[in-house]
Amino acid sequence: MDTFLFLIVPYLCLAVFVVGHYWRWTYDKFGWTTRSSQLYENRLLRWGSPLFHFGLLGVIGGHVVGLVVPKGWTEAIGVSEGIYHFLAVSLGGLAGVATVVGLVILVYRRRTVGPVFMATTKMDKLMYVFLAAVILLGMWNTVASSVFGHYDYREGVSVWFRGIFTFRPDPALMSEAPLGFQLHALVAFALFALWPFTRLVHVFSAPLGYITRPYIVYRSRDEDREGTRAPKRGWEKASR
Amino acid sequence: MKVMAQMAMVMNLDKCIGCHTCSVTCKQAWTNRAGTEYVWFNNVETRPGLGYPRGYEDQEKWQGGWKLGKNGKLTLKAGGRWKKLANIFSNPKLPSIDDYYEPWTYDYETLLNAPAQKHFPVARPISLISGKPMNVSWSANWDDNLGGSHENASRDVMLKGITDKVKLEFEQTFMFYLPRICEHCLNPSCAASCPSGAIYKRAEDGIVLVDQDKCRGWRMCVSGCPYKKVYFNHKTGKAEKCTFCYPRIEVGIPTVCSETCVGRLRYIGLVLYDADRVLEAASVEDDQDLYEAQRNVFLDPSDPAVQRAAELAGIPGDWVEAAKRSPVYALINRYKVALPLHPEYRTMPMVWYIPPLSPVVDVIADTGHDAEDKGNLFAAIDTLRIPVEYLANLFTAGDTKPVDAVLKKLAAMRSYMRDINLGRDPDESIPESVGMDGETLYDMFRLLAIAKYDERYVIPTAHAEQAHALEELATECSLDYEGGPGMMGESGPFGEGSGELTPVAVENFQMLKQRQTSDTISGTEKKGRVNLLNWDGKGSPRGLFPKKGKEDDH
Repeated sequence: MDTFLFLIVPYLCLAVFVVGHYWRWTYDKFGWTTRSSQLYENRLLRWGSPLFHFGLLGVIGGHVVGLVVPKGWTEAIGVSEGIYHFLAVSLGGLAGVATVVGLVILVYRRRTVGPVFMATTKMDKLMYVFLAAVILLGMWNTVASSVFGHYDYREGVSVWFRGIFTFRPDPALMSEAPLGFQLHALVAFALFALWPFTRLVHVFSAPLGYITRPYIVYRSRDEDREGTRAPKRGWEKASR
Repeated sequence: MKVMAQMAMVMNLDKCIGCHTCSVTCKQAWTNRAGTEYVWFNNVETRPGLGYPRGYEDQEKWQGGWKLGKNGKLTLKAGGRWKKLANIFSNPKLPSIDDYYEPWTYDYETLLNAPAQKHFPVARPISLISGKPMNVSWSANWDDNLGGSHENASRDVMLKGITDKVKLEFEQTFMFYLPRICEHCLNPSCAASCPSGAIYKRAEDGIVLVDQDKCRGWRMCVSGCPYKKVYFNHKTGKAEKCTFCYPRIEVGIPTVCSETCVGRLRYIGLVLYDADRVLEAASVEDDQDLYEAQRNVFLDPSDPAVQRAAELAGIPGDWVEAAKRSPVYALINRYKVALPLHPEYRTMPMVWYIPPLSPVVDVIADTGHDAEDKGNLFAAIDTLRIPVEYLANLFTAGDTKPVDAVLKKLAAMRSYMRDINLGRDPDESIPESVGMDGETLYDMFRLLAIAKYDERYVIPTAHAEQAHALEELATECSLDYEGGPGMMGESGPFGEGSGELTPVAVENFQMLKQRQTSDTISGTEKKGRVNLLNWDGKGSPRGLFPKKGKEDDH
């Protein structure tokens, strides 16, 4: 059972995540958008959206440090267990609270503002359930592991997580983890599988290129790509 | 010198009667889809008035366009790249739907289903945003013909500084119409604001377009454009804007708005300009110098040096020929009667306007004096400061001298041509008084008043050797794409219009077909609704009659 849940399921979900994104990108570039609803309502969004998104950026940063950076590395630069734990709980808690408050505002807005609710698709609703579950489970883990007994995820969950990407995953590490962490990981992987088919794809169009590109973009009818589609087989130009 | 070609437009406001035909035909062609109900790529505003969206010219509020930084460098008024990214989760300057207007349809079903009753049933307006009944209180031209101007017109930001002088009482006011499309600027702030780099300026003809596959819906272009001519399609989540009807322009026919203009007031032609000098011209210190600076960026296509440079830049010979005959270049630089709309936004707009003389003529005619006499007209232009100052706020950042000069040229044309039309000897002192000669004035009269079709529109076609590359000139079967015809209109799994991009011609064809045969209004599906307005009279619309025992569809 542990092998299925913490070995097969993660790889299945990640495969869907990767292949799904490739498929979505080739099939549906036009649908690849934030689908903003700011035009309908701005007062709640003005607070909810930045709280949620900036909070989430902090949460993601925290996960990178907690999951990807091995415990040995932080200790090597002199960050003791106590300092690490304090930073993780305080900064992580702050980001987490911002995320949850933002999420509550956004879900309330989505449900109560008529036009916004009308523009909500079934996939949106499904995604919201999983996203909210992941966030709330994560918050619960942060609170529970500091209040009731300490679980050092950096020697359990994190090692297992890195194992997935080095192809040496150890499901036994997860089965020892508290139920909250197990659920958090499973729901997160389910969300990854759902990801390419929801509006969450907009995460991968974070416009970082804007910082360096020239202000005005000129485009010509270039030789490689003529018109709106690639030339059909047998109709390519004779010479490049 | 880097020569580039720009497709540009001039509108002669003296001839605009405010009939909105341009707006309606444009809407039918481009924005009759769900998600763009509130969008008018072309709109006609009554001035003085608030415009559409309401009060869009107040850049202290909307922060559109460019400004000069403290170091004299041009920067986006709404802030630079980092500030844009910091505000990406909620655009602080985005107009809400109320600033445009809440689009609506009518509940026609009531008219059809109401039982026999004493009072005639009423079709109530229903919001296309919320689907609920609503009170219509604003629209794209709510203050048409100064309607409600005692409430609205005084909020017109272009009246700044002259408000106390303008009397908005019905008998004493002046009024004219201002049709607006996208300016297809040389220095577009919408493109500069787009985080995804989806808005681009076509290198061949300068038309500014949104790449629908690259747009991610960050909405920075909507707030970045000071003319508010980029719109957010709330169903597809993508930005859309006036395309200068590029599929028509590529094959040498004018835009829909120009073609259908009953006043024949629009002119389309090429302007050659020096791309290397655009930034410098947009950065001149004084707002009032921007008009001259932009005029100086344009190159004279009859200058051999310019022709050589154009050839080196790869501009085809027939395009240079077209630039020589361009009515737009003539009105801007030869006759100098066209002025840019709001040069102070520093975007180098490329749809220019000939300011209207008619408010002045009307006043003279009302007093019973001869409204075509040069002396009377010149005196009136000098005395009637209010219309002139207002026009200057629109077209020259408040500098009345260029507006004065244009109006006097138009007045001179009137008096000079009257002598000719009445068979009298033309008075050569009239053109001299405005710095022109009789022949030039006559040429200008021919272009403005006779306005032959092939003189108004000088549009070189895109090149045959590039035909395969054109989006619309289908050298392959235009229906020959994945999904094929008949697959349109179904909503994809990721919301409205998801899936691969469809060529515009195919999309419009399918859309019209669907509208003519569908039972529902756009965007909302109501069971049992029959829309007889879309019924072409053939067959029986589905749902009109109850189903019989066994029947095949239709």
